[in-house]
Amino acid sequence: MPWDAFPSALDLARFQFAFTVTFHFLFPAFTIGLASYLAVLEALWLWTGRAAYLDLFRYWLKVFAVNFAMGVVSGIVLSYQFGTNWSVWADRTGPVLGPLIAYEVLTAFFLEAGFLGVMLFGLGRVGKALHFSATCLVAVGTLISGFWILSANSWMQTPAGYTIAPDGQFLPADWWAIVFNPSFPFRYLHTITGAYLTTAMIVGAVGAFHLLRDRANERARLMFSMAMWMAAAVAPAQAVFGDLQGLWALHYQPQKVAAMEGHWETQRGAPLILFGIPDMAREETRLALQIPRLGSLILRHEWDGEIQGLKAFPKDARPTNVPLVFWSFRIMVGMGLLMIGLGLTSLWLRWRGRLYGAGWFHRWAVAMGPSGLIAVTFGWFVTETGRQPYTVYGLMRTSESASPLAVPALVTSLTLFIVVYFVVFGAGIWYLFRLFRHPPEPHETGVESEPPIRTAGITPGPQVDPDRAHDARPQPAE
Amino acid sequence: MSAETIATIWAFIIATAVFLYVCMDGFDLGVGILFPWIRGQKDRDLAVNTVAPVWDGNETWLVMGGGGLFGVFPLAYATIMPALYMPIIIMLLALIFRGVAFEMRFRAATDAQRIWWDRSFSGGSYAAAFAQGVALGALVQGVEVQGRAYAGGWWDWLSPFSVLTGCALLAGYGMLGACWLVWKTEGEMQDQVRGLARGLTWLTLGFIIVVSLVVPFLLPQFRDRWFNFPIILTALPVPVLVVVLTWRLFRGLEEAGTGKEHRRVVWRDGVPFACALGLFFLSYTGLGISMWPMIVPPGITIWEAASPRDSQLFMLVGAAVLIPVILAYTAYVYWLFRGKVKAGEGYH
Repeated sequence: MPWDAFPSALDLARFQFAFTVTFHFLFPAFTIGLASYLAVLEALWLWTGRAAYLDLFRYWLKVFAVNFAMGVVSGIVLSYQFGTNWSVWADRTGPVLGPLIAYEVLTAFFLEAGFLGVMLFGLGRVGKALHFSATCLVAVGTLISGFWILSANSWMQTPAGYTIAPDGQFLPADWWAIVFNPSFPFRYLHTITGAYLTTAMIVGAVGAFHLLRDRANERARLMFSMAMWMAAAVAPAQAVFGDLQGLWALHYQPQKVAAMEGHWETQRGAPLILFGIPDMAREETRLALQIPRLGSLILRHEWDGEIQGLKAFPKDARPTNVPLVFWSFRIMVGMGLLMIGLGLTSLWLRWRGRLYGAGWFHRWAVAMGPSGLIAVTFGWFVTETGRQPYTVYGLMRTSESASPLAVPALVTSLTLFIVVYFVVFGAGIWYLFRLFRHPPEPHETGVESEPPIRTAGITPGPQVDPDRAHDARPQPAE
Repeated sequence: MSAETIATIWAFIIATAVFLYVCMDGFDLGVGILFPWIRGQKDRDLAVNTVAPVWDGNETWLVMGGGGLFGVFPLAYATIMPALYMPIIIMLLALIFRGVAFEMRFRAATDAQRIWWDRSFSGGSYAAAFAQGVALGALVQGVEVQGRAYAGGWWDWLSPFSVLTGCALLAGYGMLGACWLVWKTEGEMQDQVRGLARGLTWLTLGFIIVVSLVVPFLLPQFRDRWFNFPIILTALPVPVLVVVLTWRLFRGLEEAGTGKEHRRVVWRDGVPFACALGLFFLSYTGLGISMWPMIVPPGITIWEAASPRDSQLFMLVGAAVLIPVILAYTAYVYWLFRGKVKAGEGYH
């Protein structure tokens, strides 16, 4: 085969990593919010004793089980891909970043995986307190996991607390400075909030879908209402967190911000470019639709603030794909504005007493289902492609980070990843949609409820105990 | 503590994590390996249910192995991963098929769909186990390194020896899985897996012997170690222990499921599984004796691959507290799901 016809090994490695990490993050973005939502539902059930909360807990637990499994297996890939595809980077950053990943495994992965079994299969079999603890531990585990991985990612954006050895290895000098590097706190807040919004949008869409079929469905009303409270409260807050993150980015990564804004020239009182076509060859943003001075106001919080343009930086230190950064940023912000609109509209409808009756609003909420996933995906595109051409910002280039792998090896693995991910996760997502289509009902069954188990000849007897009927899952000894 | 001491401690921790992974994911991969011989959906559900609450935790030890290596021995991580590129990618993809199948086979809309998930579960288990064995063999036979980077080609991992270890691990995991099912099931199902356990134990023993005979001749360092008289005589109890464990394993298989009193049956039926783990431990120790103190044979020792003392110490503080806690709650979860797993309604 003429291997020369393929992209370079570096580009293939980059594409493979981008593909696997983008696919992976869809699952934790949903899992992080859903785990907390499940903990809230179980807490409300234990506190109020209202059966609807338990039904919703069980309804979303089934979704959680499928989603979590896909997140785990797509995540294991990443923990090995650092070494398989980025071995030079791994060797040089290992002393600083390796411990953060190791702590993620020790404090989060084991916690989540260990108590997941109890959370999924333990309801009604272990005590309520123990089961609730397991749910909370899984939820806390997802947040701890986010803490470490975002700390590691942020260190690559804003390296701190290190020295460099003669052979090029990064050596730790101050762990506190490494873990709480400058961009970490707001990135963590922004990402976790994004995950919560992602979940709120999906839960809201599923609730709205069932309200369109049956406005009286109490459980659909409940999940819809909870999701809309979340959207109303958190979407505007997310705009503030995003703005704060933009401010530090301007300080530490001005090239990235210039690419996000589509600014080529350094100017005072810079406009806000709403839309346009960044042209890397001509070094200008064509057909720019812009609002005068607003760019400086947003980024510098003053009318006359100076904003550096891309031309202020040498060509080999600018993001390698300016249009991608520019457009991804607009997609993320656009989704955010739509979510704010949805949240505020829900407040108004609630005040008018029409939250459960407005069909047009429910259709809008259904359409907004994937908006959170789209926003976090494109948000990460901004962060990661905006960091190029570096892996460790300003210190280590992407072109110096890759493994010494031959093109055929990468073409083979990339092809396998694409085929397997679309087949397996495609099927998984199809099953998620089947779960969503099923309306939340009174006496919602547990993790096990699907017909094939009944056809297998297992007594589906409510005569045994409605909670345990159809459950072909393992049960702890009694 | 000196940097060398800390690196040595970490080598033992990582080795333990890998061994725990081999034991724990070994039996649940083994269940997948036995799937073609387990007929009927009821028995298959039962087999999957014996591992469903714990597989995720089991697999986390694999992440611990990878993540730990990255932090503690970055040079080893950076040379082993590209050297074993294809087997590792195959293993990861196989684990995707298998892990997702756990959930999907219970979500399948029709029996026809479910059969595909069964195949995905079983095929994934085969491919993952074989790829792990190949990766082990390819590491033991030596990795070509220049400077701080892998210097070989993308097919170097494939050799008669790595294929041998791949098959050996398949048989070994199959044995673990069969003994696990003898422990966790009863009646007809138990009789069925008892037969499989016997055959797979013989097969595993054969592989242990062949691999043991080949290893000393792979690298000069191995030869020196194994033919270093009289020190190697201290390893003499090992073959004796293998014989004792095998004998006890077969006796355990005879006795399994024959008793009446429930509580004692549960413990006694676990004897074959414990013996199978013992065989794994002896084989693993043998490999450890060959490789010590190399982490990437033939050239890189654990001390050369180690990250600086600060990094290792920072992790060691956490590991000293967290690993016992993890082991405690893992044991607790296993305890919660102890005992025989029964079809359908469980204990009613």
